[in-house]
Amino acid sequence: MDSFAAAPEMPLEFASIDDAIEHLKSSHPYAIKLDERDGYDGIIVDADQLLNIARVIRDDLGFDYLSSATAVDYLGEGDHMEMVYHAYRTSGGGALVFKAQTDRENPTIPSLTSVWRGADFQEREAWDLYGIRFSGHPNLKRILMWEGFHGHPMRKDWREAYYEEDQKPFDSRWPGGHVHRSEEKNVFGKNVSYPQDIDLNRLMDSSESAVYESLGLGVDIERVMDKDGFETNELVVNMGPHHPSTHGVFRMVLTVDGETVTSLEPVMGYLHRNHEKIGERNTYLHNIPFTDRLDYISSMGNNHGYVLAVEQLMSLGRRYNPPTYRCEALRVMMVELSRIVNHLWAIGFWLNDIGAFFTPVLYFIQERERILDFFEAVAGSRMMCNYMRFGGLFGDLPERIKSVTNLTNDRVRDYNTMQFLTEMINERIPRTIDELELLLTQNEIVLERSVDVGVLSADDAINFSAAGPLLRGSGVAYDIRRAEPYSIYPELDFDIAVEDEGDMYARYRVRVQELRESVRILRQILPRLEATRGESIWADGKPGAYAPRVPHGEAYGRVENGKGELGYYIVSAGGRGGSANPWRYHVRAPSFINLTPLGHMSKGHKVADVVGILGSIDIVLGETDR
Amino acid sequence: MELNLQELNATEFPVPVELEDNIAITSLSQLYNWGRRNSMWPMLFGLACCAIEMIATASSRFDFSRFGFEVMRATPRQADLMIVSGTVTKKMVVPIVRLYNQMPEPKYVLAMGACASGGGPFKEGYNVVSGMDKYLPVDVYVPGCPPTPQALLYGMIALQRKIDGQSIANGDDVPWYGVGPAEPTPVPVLGPDIIDPRQMDMIRRQAESAADAPLLGSRELPALTQMVAAKVETAAPVAEAAPADVDALNVVLPAGAAPWAEAEDIREKRRLRALARKALRASRRAAQAEGE
Repeated sequence: MDSFAAAPEMPLEFASIDDAIEHLKSSHPYAIKLDERDGYDGIIVDADQLLNIARVIRDDLGFDYLSSATAVDYLGEGDHMEMVYHAYRTSGGGALVFKAQTDRENPTIPSLTSVWRGADFQEREAWDLYGIRFSGHPNLKRILMWEGFHGHPMRKDWREAYYEEDQKPFDSRWPGGHVHRSEEKNVFGKNVSYPQDIDLNRLMDSSESAVYESLGLGVDIERVMDKDGFETNELVVNMGPHHPSTHGVFRMVLTVDGETVTSLEPVMGYLHRNHEKIGERNTYLHNIPFTDRLDYISSMGNNHGYVLAVEQLMSLGRRYNPPTYRCEALRVMMVELSRIVNHLWAIGFWLNDIGAFFTPVLYFIQERERILDFFEAVAGSRMMCNYMRFGGLFGDLPERIKSVTNLTNDRVRDYNTMQFLTEMINERIPRTIDELELLLTQNEIVLERSVDVGVLSADDAINFSAAGPLLRGSGVAYDIRRAEPYSIYPELDFDIAVEDEGDMYARYRVRVQELRESVRILRQILPRLEATRGESIWADGKPGAYAPRVPHGEAYGRVENGKGELGYYIVSAGGRGGSANPWRYHVRAPSFINLTPLGHMSKGHKVADVVGILGSIDIVLGETDR
Repeated sequence: MELNLQELNATEFPVPVELEDNIAITSLSQLYNWGRRNSMWPMLFGLACCAIEMIATASSRFDFSRFGFEVMRATPRQADLMIVSGTVTKKMVVPIVRLYNQMPEPKYVLAMGACASGGGPFKEGYNVVSGMDKYLPVDVYVPGCPPTPQALLYGMIALQRKIDGQSIANGDDVPWYGVGPAEPTPVPVLGPDIIDPRQMDMIRRQAESAADAPLLGSRELPALTQMVAAKVETAAPVAEAAPADVDALNVVLPAGAAPWAEAEDIREKRRLRALARKALRASRRAAQAEGE
């Protein structure tokens, strides 16, 4: 290839992103142009050539991991729809961002599921919420809303029943202060609105039948021969959305041959609470408490990803100071504590799923409560911490931890904060992990249930865009804290937990190792906190602006959260002064994308293993459905 | 648990002291309620963030078994209490109503957290139901986002108090003390948007009148309702625009003042009163300062 001349020394798989783009430009000169909008980077690919170029990006350039694929509606800003893809190398490094544009009236883009199977759910989401058709997608059905829903709600011109204005703060609330209840202004007294041409006589609830039809399941019971030649029934089993082991309101539809699963399709959207639509109406600051409610087990980690993304955008502007060292150290401490909470919770509930009903969980929750006490004392809330701010934090550590701050005679809990932390990090948590390992790691039943169950090979894991322990349990040493470091992780000493087997047990081992690594990080954080005592937690020494103006541009901030790679794709479409509200606010949710390989992993296993496999992925529905 | 007959004994019938541990004279209602309140089985059923706090409440540190909420049952057939723990979405409300219908009577609903009580932070979302009470009768609301375990416990104890007050003698008090089985709650339909069967007539009338007048509750709803509100405020004849049999406007906005105008009045009064109180406090403080 002639284009090799551009970078003769370096094999293409290791070429820098700029060189990679140069290579693409020389091999596809007419299909690619640089994205030259203010604050944007990457390339815009001709939609007709997208599939070919995606193959080149994956195979020749080595960007084998498709992290995120999402749509943006540029109504009034160019009047087109855009799909944005972020591809990474599992060997580490930054993203190759490529975009494909299409018109708003009849948006069609070729599906990339044949290149990255991880694009499957993300493209379905783009179809559901934006109405972009993906030619070549094997199962282009709605995923979050139900089949038959009116319209594609994330489009900029689609308005919800309680619509007031495009952007907050609403005039009615501030400065006017005429608060009303939205129900009072709706004719039906609830959050509904119907299209003009609604015909109740022909009204059919097709949401259920659509679920089954899309799986190719016309009949419920079919007579088949099993592998030994016995006549048996293949039947369709529905699990969820109300089921004790689906970790919330997740639903699976499986076909089983006897007890063996022959196919499994995840059905979701039962907790789709329109995070992104609300996020686009909110100001940047408003969104921080909303991120808490994504992965509600580890809210601190969610905060971190979001503030990183917005800080990336703010750094494009002139007046921006990075957070102070103490702020970064506190952030890392909080995030690692949430990772411990998350993994304890995940392991506990996974054990629930494979039969150790609630006994291990009780012990893990006990430890979690200690950490939550600390969060409550620092951030004011046990679970929804709402702790991080752009360029800073909500507050510094308090001197003492009390159970209830307004209770003066509290004799239950009253500790010195640093002592409490030291004891927790050096004694209590390691003791819990030891105990956990002693009872579980070599436990006969755990081994019996989890070894060789739900296997996902390394290549599949990458291709399915799996993230977090699911990816590392398949032998891919990919941890964003090392692959594309952020905050103060480069200077901290820790290892990436990896296991090669790719089964449920490997994921469990990865989580246990990560618990230990988190403790190792926390031990390094403690002296850093002592050393920076008294330093401001704010970049400028004073709290940041209430409503920051964020410069024009796009940013993708991602962190290694307990469940995997959590990314925020944010577009700011302000004028010269910047904007107070995001134009696009997308969450790349690990729980959502990690479900893509669930059907693949469950095939051939027993029904009872399916809940275990789901538990080993570790999902939380707030993040899956957003 | 030790059986404490004294808490069951109705005070108007004195029981000799030596028999207090053996005999209680009470009413049948009280006996029923006593049994019910102390053996509530919640459904093992989590929706969102609040479910995590519910699990924390169930586990060892807070432990709601202490108050008789002994075990959580995964099947609605064995549960008395549905804790709606989290955001209710339009997609999820269909199974929730179905689950509620499957619960045997007596059954109670506790709306845990801001979302289940009224939509919460996600209220404006297109897929979010503005509170469980739009579809099911709710007994206790617990505020918070999420409520702390203490708050949830308080709500559950409040429910027990509520049960204490129910009576067999008054058949209208609660449906399960009446005659015959209760009507099941109609299950919502997922059409172009969620449809509550109880509002079917209203939707139909609006659809019929769509030919003459713009349909209320269409996608352009807010602008339209503001128009309607303006119309009502200027006391224009309401039924004029629509055919005579269409009273959708009357259903929501009775002729006269807009419903929120009254609220505005109350708010204004409240503000004036607060100002008066403030002035009074200020004068008292001034007087005190003078005295010193």
